[in-house]
Amino acid sequence: MNPQILQDLHAFYPEIAITVTLLAVIVADLAFATLRRTATFLIAGLGLIAAFVYTLPLFTLPQGTLFYGMVAIDPMAVFFKGFLILTSFFILLAAPNSREIAREHIGEFYTLLLGVTLGMLLLASAANMLMLFLALEMVSLTSYIMVGFLSHERQSNEASVKYFLFGAVSTGSMLYGITLLFGLTGTLKIAEVRDALVQGAGSGNNGVMLLVATVLILAGFGFKTAAVPFHFWCPDVYTGAPTPVTAFLSVAPKAAGFAALIRFFYTGMSSSQGTDVWGPLAAVNWTFIVILISVVTMTLGNIAALRQDNLKRMLAYSSIAHAGYIFMGTVVLNGQGLQSVLVYLVTYLFMNLGAFLIVIEIFNRIGSFDLQDYRGFWHRSPFLTIAMSLFMLSLMGIPPFAGFFGKLYVFGAAVNHNLVWYAVVGALNSVVAVYYYARVIKTMIIDGEPEEAIAAGRVRVSWANSALVWVMLIPTAGLMLFWDRVQQLTTSSMKLFFG
Amino acid sequence: MIGLPHYLIISAALFSLGIMAVLTRKNAVNVLMGIELILNSANINLVAFSRFSSANLDGQLYAVFVIVIAAAEAAVGLAIVLSMYRLLKSVSLDKADMLKG
Repeated sequence: MNPQILQDLHAFYPEIAITVTLLAVIVADLAFATLRRTATFLIAGLGLIAAFVYTLPLFTLPQGTLFYGMVAIDPMAVFFKGFLILTSFFILLAAPNSREIAREHIGEFYTLLLGVTLGMLLLASAANMLMLFLALEMVSLTSYIMVGFLSHERQSNEASVKYFLFGAVSTGSMLYGITLLFGLTGTLKIAEVRDALVQGAGSGNNGVMLLVATVLILAGFGFKTAAVPFHFWCPDVYTGAPTPVTAFLSVAPKAAGFAALIRFFYTGMSSSQGTDVWGPLAAVNWTFIVILISVVTMTLGNIAALRQDNLKRMLAYSSIAHAGYIFMGTVVLNGQGLQSVLVYLVTYLFMNLGAFLIVIEIFNRIGSFDLQDYRGFWHRSPFLTIAMSLFMLSLMGIPPFAGFFGKLYVFGAAVNHNLVWYAVVGALNSVVAVYYYARVIKTMIIDGEPEEAIAAGRVRVSWANSALVWVMLIPTAGLMLFWDRVQQLTTSSMKLFFG
Repeated sequence: MIGLPHYLIISAALFSLGIMAVLTRKNAVNVLMGIELILNSANINLVAFSRFSSANLDGQLYAVFVIVIAAAEAAVGLAIVLSMYRLLKSVSLDKADMLKG
């Protein structure tokens, strides 16, 4: 084999570990008859831990690309790999505790989860438009199946039909945009696309074609990050999918989408203007389009969330709004903006997964996602109520919880870039958001008759579930205690391979 | 002489027809056919650009990958539509109306 490829394999261990685990889970699922739930769970868990351990030493590797420019390796990609593996690991732990998933053939769920994880790792580090498209399709196709995992339930099936149709059209449009960009620049490598554009490939009459290509490519990224106007699938899919899948979709593919978007637009459509400062290319002013998308996304997400009574649907709109905030960090085009995106994603991971864990746990007991059925939960389970309240306060952005710091960094990056109006829009949006998050807290603590709630019986939480809730709760409530660590991690991770 | 513009016009027409099929058809299988049109219009672009304006075979290589992806997408799409038919005894997208609001 080619020595170059053999050498590159050393930086590809996380992906290899996940591939091997995926195959092992399939085999174990077929080979074991009685123990297969435990066996597949253990293999998948160990595989993800191994992949995470293999990811850590990659931080120190020199920046560059692997496999002839297909996959980039830089601190940013490694950060996202670790982030995505960690998210998948949490979902792996949460899935067997969910009544929806546990009834089904759970080995297949683990296989699909590992498949999406593999696709996301590639998506977060794709440096070639071929790899970008393949990874995007790998994530999308597998998540369509995950959404329709409860194949005998109408809601789950309907969600997967809608997800598939929106996804196929969005990624198809993105592919068409990529072909136009390929035609303009004659190359598929994202960094070479930039060089060609700087030399004037998209100037003059080709400007329109470049604009069309950019908008079409944004359709694909918009679909993955659930940004308006490509968000229509999001509330329906989040409501219909099994809750662990919803929790997964609201964090991991969204983060991978942002990683790919940042890599594509920073290395492909921006020019370097000093250390950690970039500027949009003269040929296409993509920051303007992204700011527009971002403002509409956060506003629509927050306003639509106001009138939701189904908790999963409310969290769907809330995740749309959060994507709008994260976009704010991407358009700033400097190191501070990149860092704010990473900080926001870290805080979002814990608070959002935490909120979904509580939703899963409460559904296990009462079989409903309706906010009305959460009335008086304070009397039935103080632990779940307090945990949920803290996650909601963090999602609102109330100090001293984690969510506040994410918003602080993102808004700070916008203000420093003289986009004060943009930060003001974001801040006004977070004020609107307080209403629907506070409504959950009010329903759980104040509403409902205490006698009625006590008569319905106390809710006992299994030790596995409460441990997992604690794992989310501690970073959400106490991230500021080890803030210098987060600062250090995100500062060293915001470096992007530019060549 | 057939040149690059001819191919681009055909592919743009196919892309538009695909989008139109997706937007107007109520039958899920027809929508799947529209999606195939979109992917294949991109293939025509790739091969044409590769032939006329690029020095290497990147575009044609990409087209081969897209064909494989299109097959995978059709397989997943048909499986989902089949399971929809099992549940609803219909492949009409109007019947998928449980989730809204």
